[in-house]
Amino acid sequence: MSSHAAEPVLSYEEALEQFDPVMGLEVHVELGTRTKMFCGCSTQFGAPPNTHVCPVCLGLPGALPVVNEIGVQSAIRIGLALDCKIAPWSRFARKNYFYPDMPKNFQTSQYDEPIAVDGHLDVELEDGTYYRVEIERAHMEEDTGKSLHVGGATGRIHGADHSLVDYNRAGIPLIEIVTKPMPGAGARAPEVARAYVSALRDILKSLGVSDVKMEEGSMRADVNLSLRPKVAADATGEAQLAVPLGTRSETKNVNSFRSVERAVRYEITRHAAVLAEGGRVLQETRHWHEDTGVTTSGREKSDADDYRYFPEPDLVPVAPTPEMVEALRATLPEPPAARRKRLQSAWGYADLEMRDVVNAGLLEVIEETVSAGASSTAARKWWLGEIARRASADAMDVTAYAAERGVTPAHIAELDGLVASGRLNDSMARQVLDGVLDGEGTPTAVADARGLELVQDDGALEAAVDAVIAANAGVADKIREGKVAAAGALIGQVMKELKGQADAAKARELILAKLGAS
Amino acid sequence: MTSDLTRLTASEMSDLLSRKEISSVELTQAHLDRTAAVDGTVHSYLHVDTAGALAAAKAVDEKRAAGADLHLMAGVPIAVKDVMATKGLPTTCGSKMLEGWIPPYDATLVTKLRAAGMPILGKTNMDEFAMGSSTEHSAWGPSHNPWDLTRIPGGSGGGSSSVVASFQAPLAIGTDTGGSIRQPAAVTGTVGTKPTYGGVSRYGLVALASSLDQAGPCARTVLDTALLHAVMGGHDPRDSTSIDAPVPPVVEAARTADVSGLTIGVVKQLGGAGYQAGVRARFDESVQLLVDRGAKVVEVDCPNFDYALAAYYLILPSEASSNLAKFDAMRYGLRVRPEGVDDPSAEQVMAASRDAGFGDEVKRRIILGTYALSSGYYDAYYGQAQKVRRLIADDFSRAFEVADVLVSPTAPTTAFPIGEKLDEPMAMYLNDVATIPANLAGVPGMSLPSGLADEDGLPTGIQILAPATMDERLYAVGSALERALVEQWGGPLLDRAPDLTAHPSAHPTADPKEA
Amino acid sequence: MSLTRDDVAHLASLARIDLSEAELDRMLGELTVILDAVALVQQAPTDGVEPMSHPLPLTNVTRPDVPRPGLTAEEALSGAPEQEQQRFLVPRILAED
Ligand SMILES: [Mg+2]
Ligand SMILES: [Zn+2]
Repeated sequence: MSSHAAEPVLSYEEALEQFDPVMGLEVHVELGTRTKMFCGCSTQFGAPPNTHVCPVCLGLPGALPVVNEIGVQSAIRIGLALDCKIAPWSRFARKNYFYPDMPKNFQTSQYDEPIAVDGHLDVELEDGTYYRVEIERAHMEEDTGKSLHVGGATGRIHGADHSLVDYNRAGIPLIEIVTKPMPGAGARAPEVARAYVSALRDILKSLGVSDVKMEEGSMRADVNLSLRPKVAADATGEAQLAVPLGTRSETKNVNSFRSVERAVRYEITRHAAVLAEGGRVLQETRHWHEDTGVTTSGREKSDADDYRYFPEPDLVPVAPTPEMVEALRATLPEPPAARRKRLQSAWGYADLEMRDVVNAGLLEVIEETVSAGASSTAARKWWLGEIARRASADAMDVTAYAAERGVTPAHIAELDGLVASGRLNDSMARQVLDGVLDGEGTPTAVADARGLELVQDDGALEAAVDAVIAANAGVADKIREGKVAAAGALIGQVMKELKGQADAAKARELILAKLGAS
Repeated sequence: MTSDLTRLTASEMSDLLSRKEISSVELTQAHLDRTAAVDGTVHSYLHVDTAGALAAAKAVDEKRAAGADLHLMAGVPIAVKDVMATKGLPTTCGSKMLEGWIPPYDATLVTKLRAAGMPILGKTNMDEFAMGSSTEHSAWGPSHNPWDLTRIPGGSGGGSSSVVASFQAPLAIGTDTGGSIRQPAAVTGTVGTKPTYGGVSRYGLVALASSLDQAGPCARTVLDTALLHAVMGGHDPRDSTSIDAPVPPVVEAARTADVSGLTIGVVKQLGGAGYQAGVRARFDESVQLLVDRGAKVVEVDCPNFDYALAAYYLILPSEASSNLAKFDAMRYGLRVRPEGVDDPSAEQVMAASRDAGFGDEVKRRIILGTYALSSGYYDAYYGQAQKVRRLIADDFSRAFEVADVLVSPTAPTTAFPIGEKLDEPMAMYLNDVATIPANLAGVPGMSLPSGLADEDGLPTGIQILAPATMDERLYAVGSALERALVEQWGGPLLDRAPDLTAHPSAHPTADPKEA
Repeated sequence: MSLTRDDVAHLASLARIDLSEAELDRMLGELTVILDAVALVQQAPTDGVEPMSHPLPLTNVTRPDVPRPGLTAEEALSGAPEQEQQRFLVPRILAED
């Protein structure tokens, strides 16, 4: 699809043999405020073009910005959640450059006085170890409008005849979160990048400041990557860390966790090929192509990037008092990683079990099921076993499947209660679940309607056992001789006799007792 | 009587209107007639809104007839500088770039004028985007000084100064970034105030330099100026830099006009070399009149004012270069395709449009500001200018510890001939040497007539400066001085201005208002 | 610090103004004079002085996050040099990020 010629790459293993990758990530997050950053226009997605605009976000002559208070509070909360220092004095600055989708031809952003600085985020890797990502800053800024490119073959900017601009998105609040360069990741750099973006997303989601949908662009990552010669096997060793950083490329707008990982990996192999040939890596922006898995050259950095930043004279400084900051700190939820740790230990899950639960997106559901009274084991078994299996048969996500079929954590807790109290056995419980999934009502209602109930009457069970022993003298003899395993055949017949509504364990006990084998 | 209505003060108009002795339609029509008679030569207006003004006047008259509770200034017409966004009325800022642009919204102060029931007569001429001290940088030709049509009426608000000086409007809105209200007032024998920065909303004022711009009142008397100041001022939640406090008691101060016991500081740095003899003579006499009225005089030293002009001509162009970036031919305004380029890109169209749409002075300041902010030069120019700004503010603070107000001549000279300084940007910039410090520090300033210079018979102005938010002091001192002067002159200074209707219309200019 | 013609051309391109050759020449002369004059700020006693970017010491001016009506699309587009599909029509944009 891409018209660019493929660039040479080295194999990943070879690249890592010769070079040490250092990356940095800049993540832009759209805040979920009701109004834009500097005006009262709605941020609602999908409105007809140029209907969520006003003199301010259209950059009409004379209009002036006023800061959204929730925008500032969200920025501070994000900063706190990333263990940043909140600046007691922070200012907006103008970043001056011309672009048709930017109404004022400057972006109101922050420059040398950002709201939050010097934080960190510990991210867990596949092998259970942690990598500390140092956060340089988080700052407030605004989004641009969106252009529709007309006349080109594919709606792309290249070859377009003209463009049509809609400013509904212009002025949407953004928080830009910038990491420091991340050394020492070595071959795991792509994994670290992915884990960081994923952990960041979890935090932003838990804060409720954004819907953080990467696929819809409400969270997007720019990946900076450079290579330096590898001088030691240990990527975190002093000798390696002392080597100056190489020239970096900046891959813009990477829109999924997987792509972040792939883009880092690709850039490592591309840089390595350039450097291995004795070439020079260009300091440039690059574009990520999801379809082909490569980046292509955008624009070389030049002095055209002189943004002439200066303090925004139309806005006054943001100077959060310690009281304001502490009040916002009090609103922070438990950090997602800590919460996972706490729940895993409370539920007694093995690492692998916990990971499966998290990956299936079932953390909240299981938490609710347990708090509705189910055992943690049962909750996991029902959701991750029975329901997940049915969902995957329908090619659906578990939570979406549950929502569509109307099964709730309370249902599962109730079902577990019916098993625990001895009313249902496992196979009966599965039938009840099917009933609930088919919309027949609550587990109790389904069990009642379907007449599912273990036989609690010991007399009936004893009579059935006696009858089966009498009818199967040969098998009974074997059991008497000590072949206890043969009891299974008799249990099956007792169950059949009682139409499946017997407690199998009880039946077994009784058979063995009567045959003197217990 | 009708032809004389335009000679009344706004305060007198307000009285007659509230007593129903005249109607707003009558009053508004009188001013429109005056414009028809004289504006062909003065060229104060870029656009006259005959229908809109009369409709607003009629609406006020009807409300008054119905016994409605009206604003004190209801029915008094006003002219608005073309730098203020007016919904439905062309707003060009004196630039080809905005030819034909009709804003879809009103500036906050325009909303206030409309709410007060003040008919808007039209939009007044100005230097392009308020860059200049003579209105010669208007893309639509200069305005002329009613005292001598071959001379400049000051700038950038030469349209607003000449419109009140030529009795086409009793009141006008001006904006003052480095003196654009005060210097035009000085050279036309009128009164103008730059309020404390933040005292009047900037929402809808097309920004030149955001941290310096301030809108203010233009009129022929101190009381009229105060009356308009009170209408315009006050907090606006749409302007983050707006002061959240009531308008200072400017009207009361103008009426009381008491200077007894006040200490007046004469600024040593403003008024020496480079100031015309007649300007200095009238200034000295004015100070003496204030002493006669019970004020005390001290000399104050503001050594860093010597750097003010330099700092100003770095800060202003820097902010302007960014503020004017929005004029890019994409969303509104002039769009020009570059010559000889097939299928030009947006970037090329922007550059061609900005070349065609901006005049020389605007381009000069944009390039200068781009330089002052560019990497490698920021600290030496913009950064350094910001430090000088602090020094100037500190000089003011110290001065106001010993004086209640400061005074100086408003402008170094009387009105100079049109064309004289057009090719010498620095010489033009020197006109604002006395007015600039107030903008840098954000303090309020007023200019009022101090008389006529002996050497050329043209008006001279005196500037009064007060501490931030103490705008009422300008009016107390200005009003006291005005009374003393008018008593001495035996009537308002403007009574001595030539009768414009006797003049041949010798100054045809490019005039877009018929277009 | 003296300015060259190339500097002025570069500044003009940063400022997106397509200056003609004659304009460049004239601008160079005028800017040189002006820069000479404004360089006076470098002689001011500014050691240890905090830059002042704003005349008023205001902080923390915000507005509540409450939507308010803006412009209709018609009003928004009323000044557009060209429009199509309720959007601002702009010439082709050079590919960039
Ligand atoms: Mg950014
Ligand atoms: Zn808006």
